Amino acid sequence: MKLKKKKTNDGTAVNSWLIRRPIKRWFPLFVLPTFLCFVIGFIWPFAQGIYLSFCNFNIPRDAQWVGLSNYAKAFGDASFSHAFWNTASFAVVSILLINLCAFGIAYALTQKMLGANLFRTVFFMPNLIGGVVLGYIWSMIFDAVLKHYNTYLTSNASYGFWGLVILVAWQQIGYMMIIYIAGLQAVPSDMLEAAKIDGANSWQTLTRVIIPNVMSSITICTFLTLTNSFKMFDQNLALTGGAPSVMMNGAKVNMTELLALNIYSTYNINRNWHGVAQAKAVIFFLLVAVLAIGQLVATRSKEVQQ
Amino acid sequence: MKKTQYSLGSRILTVLFALLCLVWIFPIFEVLINSFKANDYVNTAAFALPDKESFVGWANYVKGVTFGNYPFVKALGYSLVITVLSVALILLFTSMSAWYIARVNSLFAKIFYYLCLFSMIVPFQMVMFTLTFTADQLKLNTPFTIPVIYLGFGAGMAIFMFVGFIKGLPLEIEEAVAIDGGGPICTFFMVVLPMLKPTLISVGILEVMWVLNDYLLPYLVLDRTKYMTIPILVQYLKGSYGSVDLGATMAVIMLSIVPVIILYIFCQKHIIKGVAAGAVKG
Repeated sequence: MKLKKKKTNDGTAVNSWLIRRPIKRWFPLFVLPTFLCFVIGFIWPFAQGIYLSFCNFNIPRDAQWVGLSNYAKAFGDASFSHAFWNTASFAVVSILLINLCAFGIAYALTQKMLGANLFRTVFFMPNLIGGVVLGYIWSMIFDAVLKHYNTYLTSNASYGFWGLVILVAWQQIGYMMIIYIAGLQAVPSDMLEAAKIDGANSWQTLTRVIIPNVMSSITICTFLTLTNSFKMFDQNLALTGGAPSVMMNGAKVNMTELLALNIYSTYNINRNWHGVAQAKAVIFFLLVAVLAIGQLVATRSKEVQQ
Repeated sequence: MKKTQYSLGSRILTVLFALLCLVWIFPIFEVLINSFKANDYVNTAAFALPDKESFVGWANYVKGVTFGNYPFVKALGYSLVITVLSVALILLFTSMSAWYIARVNSLFAKIFYYLCLFSMIVPFQMVMFTLTFTADQLKLNTPFTIPVIYLGFGAGMAIFMFVGFIKGLPLEIEEAVAIDGGGPICTFFMVVLPMLKPTLISVGILEVMWVLNDYLLPYLVLDRTKYMTIPILVQYLKGSYGSVDLGATMAVIMLSIVPVIILYIFCQKHIIKGVAAGAVKG
């Protein structure tokens, strides 16, 4: 993601013919295995995926070119646009919640505090547990809480939505906190001292000195929370699986479904929907790519160069 | 041990954070207590501690490792095989390729590097259907061959991190080895690879966290009648039946997270450092 960095060492690499020539001869060992796997695991499926999004297919061999009709169907699908707005609002809520909490906790933990290391360890722990398992743990807990009100998690779309927000916050605050702690520890101490001598209060120090210095952490964390919430699948599947569903304009719409799960369930309707699901996947990829790159460009420009 | 003075404010914060940590651990604690309760009590009194009536001892665990027609141990074994093979393969081959990319700087190397960067922003949903077909055709649908796919799909991030690190390494050392008559193999394995150790650890940790907990890729690619991993098994137990034995499911969940948490307690320093280093590079 740090595209700027790569320019720095070009000069040395060119001069080192001593190293370059012999390595080149070992191309089949050093690069070929990874590159072949990369072609199998990424390039070929990606290219085939773009092609198949214009086709009607059950398996790739029987694909028939249908032009843009899959895209038309995808855009006309009520469940897809519902999933899009669901994902967008989920992303906004979780980005704000996770980053504010993670920064607050990181800020507190980098002050002199008894037990800071232990707290850090505990907050990070949920990241080691897989999304599917997390989903089931929380669905058990939410159902137990909602039972007191004689209802259950999948009865109401907003329970599912906020449930997923709580789950994801519980999981990712610890991860982002680690990144913010690393950023906060790298704030030059002479700057902090200078601010102290100049009589800045702690709010001024925070907003004028610390935050500009941790902009690169903020970039990374917003990038990660943004892409994570758009790509969210396992937790969504395990927590509610999209339930409850309603009929909207003659189509079944799963109320708590996010984009990634919507693509998956579209594919599983029947073979006529395979191409539509692939077209949705292409739209989804373009959306994630544009958002990710746009976000990086936008926050990178605010970073302090040291 | 040096003594540090803590102010009153910091002591209050400590207490507040201790309470917050209890909230954080609570879900795991819930799973633990419910894994010792009979199924009915998990439904009706999930927050109560097990008492004389609801306590069933290890019965849920005994049931959990066998029910659903698929033994837990088998899923655990396959999870471990896939994780160990994939991560070993990724660390070895991507570090080699990254060295080639960083040092050779040919057109091919540049294109490969940019493709790797590109692959990092492509969501899995984009390639999942086609990847399934490709994997089937190439017989990559067993735990012993699926690491090839993990290497392919995970190469992007690993190569990106290794290249970033290698570009910061002094070239003089490698040149000295070359002048002394060491070939590329010798240079890489005797000199470069040891210097890569911190990045190997952080890439290794990130890849383990990904592969071990990955659900969708193995679910789609593996031949599910024969092979399941832990996340697939948990989903299968919970998802495929209408009324499921919650007590036993909690026991299975407990069995799957306890080893990870124990491992985490022992090497949390490396894990946290690795994640921080990985993120700063990213």
